[in-house]
Amino acid sequence: MADQDLRSTALEAVHESLGATFTDFAGWRMPVRYDSDLAEHRAVRESAGLFDLSHMGEIHLRGPQAGAALDHALAGKLSAMSVGRAKYSLLLTEDGGVIDDVITYRLSEEHFLVVANASNAEVDAAELSARAQGFDVEVDDASARTSLIAVQGPASEQILVDALLSADGEGSGVDGLTAQDLTEMKNYRFAESTYRGEPMLIARTGYTGEDGFELYVPDELAVPLWEQLTVAGSDRLVLCGLACRDTLRLEAGMPLYGNELGRDLYPAQSGMGRVVALTSKGDFVGRAGVEAADLSDRPVLVGLVADGRRAARAGAQVRDADGREVGAITSGVLSPTLGHPIAMGFVAAGVSEPGTELVADVRGKDLPVRVVKLPFYSRS
Amino acid sequence: MSAELLYSKDHEWVRVESDGAAVVGVTDFAAEQLGDVVYVDLPEVDDEISAGTEMGEIESTKSVSDLFSPLTGTVTEINQAVVDSPELVNSSPFEEGWLVKVSYDALPEDLMNAADYTAFTQS
Repeated sequence: MADQDLRSTALEAVHESLGATFTDFAGWRMPVRYDSDLAEHRAVRESAGLFDLSHMGEIHLRGPQAGAALDHALAGKLSAMSVGRAKYSLLLTEDGGVIDDVITYRLSEEHFLVVANASNAEVDAAELSARAQGFDVEVDDASARTSLIAVQGPASEQILVDALLSADGEGSGVDGLTAQDLTEMKNYRFAESTYRGEPMLIARTGYTGEDGFELYVPDELAVPLWEQLTVAGSDRLVLCGLACRDTLRLEAGMPLYGNELGRDLYPAQSGMGRVVALTSKGDFVGRAGVEAADLSDRPVLVGLVADGRRAARAGAQVRDADGREVGAITSGVLSPTLGHPIAMGFVAAGVSEPGTELVADVRGKDLPVRVVKLPFYSRS
Repeated sequence: MSAELLYSKDHEWVRVESDGAAVVGVTDFAAEQLGDVVYVDLPEVDDEISAGTEMGEIESTKSVSDLFSPLTGTVTEINQAVVDSPELVNSSPFEEGWLVKVSYDALPEDLMNAADYTAFTQS
């Protein structure tokens, strides 16, 4: 069953024993679903879901010039971020295209953690090392020894409190964390603690459009942490695979690297122009490319909705009312929460206004679609 | 899975109801591979379908797959319940989740029995 060429996470045996269906994702053997991806999707919207995201990359930068190195390497001004905060940013090519989208955490004045997409983790680590040349900083790719477990959904906070800070029993193994640290943690903030004596980073971040947390621990602690969360979460916490992660992020209007972000796309086309700090910092890799870009003829990312149940999928051509090709779908699905098809795609700027009526070619059949503002779903 | 059914390499099953009339669906193996089915596009009554060629589509949250006809014949009935509730393909692939009824002249010789199909899915 196991493909020799695929990498596996520290939780693979747990997933197998729990009956997960696996898929090859970016060279990793990952759970695509446990039972029903629709039920898993619903659980995250209504209660909570548990994800193994250990395929993602974790790259540490340590040194007096770590902030300056990241200001040079990434599109944002990371040196201005306070300790304890996280920020979404982009790794750009010299030409201003997107190599990856990353979350950067500031652990101390001189220590940052960059979390990369699995498919780009090695490239990102190599780029960050190359771009750190000349700065007093050490780049350490910890991807192969770090596990990432996410708890996402409205019940996440209570489940974490119950799992990590319960007063009864033999003790949770967690030190340096209070319930208040969790309940008062704002979005895109994190807390450092220890779990069984090893460092654990808990961040209020995610990729589902719900409240939720992401927990980083050394690989050898992934299994006990997972089991501790499932025991405390009980019926409130549903095991989730990557299939529902994709439908959740799509409903939340979040771009997926490779679909809505890529080397041949400028950030502004993907609605990420604000992420590029053109005014608040000096030169950085990609600045010249972004500044020189002529966006006038470039398609832009839009949300599209349709009636019925038939979804336009990635690759479907989009036409205007006169039958002219004006763009293409990059992600699409029948929205489990909303009950109608939703999609993201790039269309000519002239037909990108919300309310514009277009037509998607769904495997030879025309599907009327309408441009809408993103996201499709936001939590109340 | 059921012993009296015949199975195609494209993971459809065929249940012979009476001489020249059969019911067609997708197997539990296929349903499992697809994940939650959210949309089923079936041929229409009186459509001619032929073995090994596309007769519709089956769509899950994750992907779209062509439905291949396991036999050659004429569609006599479609399962409106599965069109309205595509999840029947997952919950009851061999019963409530049937897709179409077909009248046919002869069954293709390459349809498999249950034992052969099980071996096929495990190879």
